[in-house]
Amino acid sequence: MLQAENITKRYADNKVLRGVSLRVDRGEVVAVIGPSGSGKSTLLRCLIDLERVDGGRIMVGGETLVDSQAGGYAGKAALRRVILKMGFVFQSFNLFPHLTVLRNVTEAQERVLKRSKREARERAMEVLDKVGLSDKASEYPYMLSGGQQQRVAIARALAMDPQMLCFDEPTSALDPLLTMEVLRVIKGLAEEDRTMLVVTHEMAFAREVADRVVFMKEGTVRCEGTPEEVFDHPEVRAFSSQAPKP
Amino acid sequence: MKYFNNPDRLVSLLWQLWQGLGVTMSLFGFTLLFSLPLGLALALLRMSRHKALRLPVQLFILVMRGTPLILQVFTVYFVLPMIFGAAFERLTAVVIAFVMNYAAYFAEIYRGGVQAVPVGQREAAHVLGFARSQAFMRIILPQVIKRIVLPVSNEVITLVKDTALVTAVGMVELYRVARNAASTVGSLEPLFIAGAVYLLINAVVSFLFNRVNRYFSYYQG
Repeated sequence: MLQAENITKRYADNKVLRGVSLRVDRGEVVAVIGPSGSGKSTLLRCLIDLERVDGGRIMVGGETLVDSQAGGYAGKAALRRVILKMGFVFQSFNLFPHLTVLRNVTEAQERVLKRSKREARERAMEVLDKVGLSDKASEYPYMLSGGQQQRVAIARALAMDPQMLCFDEPTSALDPLLTMEVLRVIKGLAEEDRTMLVVTHEMAFAREVADRVVFMKEGTVRCEGTPEEVFDHPEVRAFSSQAPKP
Repeated sequence: MKYFNNPDRLVSLLWQLWQGLGVTMSLFGFTLLFSLPLGLALALLRMSRHKALRLPVQLFILVMRGTPLILQVFTVYFVLPMIFGAAFERLTAVVIAFVMNYAAYFAEIYRGGVQAVPVGQREAAHVLGFARSQAFMRIILPQVIKRIVLPVSNEVITLVKDTALVTAVGMVELYRVARNAASTVGSLEPLFIAGAVYLLINAVVSFLFNRVNRYFSYYQG
């Protein structure tokens, strides 16, 4: 589904990604863990063209986003196809504050996918129901708790029917209670055999939900494998024992 | 009290002020009508990724904000005809100068408003597949409007009072009518009446902007 090979990225003198490769197969849930500043989020942001890589190759669902060996970035139309294959959930939710919950979920369906108002609304109510917020459809984002806002953001991504979901530290802005409610929703999605890539600091969650865990440090992948293998790696053990327990 | 105890004279003065007010309001109306959208165009150019678009606009804004409005009015009214031969009608010339000046200020207000919208909004629009222009029109601009209502109201209120500057090129508008009457009769009363009219206009402007501001309070952030 997703293949990233030998990605490099630097900001001035700071080499954020030093040749990272990552692969996510269809139906697989991959968790990326690692200390802050290890490049996890940057990697994720490169995959959906929020950041541009300096080198490497990214393929999503058979479509090439970038290949530094062969022509660099894809054209506008191909970029758009790649972006629409992926749903993206931010750490800071980024709901549109001037739109109701419902319109947050319908706007892109109507404007980008050209769905009819009715169709968009029906799909929106479906996904809002899935995240347990269909009763908040007519409220504005500021009226919701952080956990509810993040669930709306997940619904907004789902409504576009992406082939793959990316989560960029989806619970890092939430307190433990709200974290639980969001993780429950993400776990529910994982159980539907969706293809998901989750950057997270929630070790217990990664261990429980991920099919495969990738541990990143200093812009490289230090180890990857099943949760058992990775959490047994000495470097990961040193890292996760410092992390606060849930 | 040369006016308030002489009803005929007062009525005649009010009639003249009313006519002057017509000129003042056309200048005010035309300036807003053209400078508000022109300011948006300038703001977009000012934020362009291309230097060739950005730098000329930056220079234009510097000059428009950095020199006296009255000098700009003189330039359009007296200097441009010398260069191009044909002279503008007085109101046209004055409106052109005012529009350029106010558009420069509005452009910077808009630019500030756009920059105040968190970058995450643009990113969210991007990952949902919005094209840049769609994202701007549907997501960014509505949030910009909420943020610029109060700074724009400042400019609009200033504009009401700046219209009095055009007496410098001989236009007879509200302030000029009052000043003429004041010097003819030897009384400050007409000027205070004119002052009250400006105040009244700005009371209405303030009221309207407060309404707009309150309208946008339906959401936060």
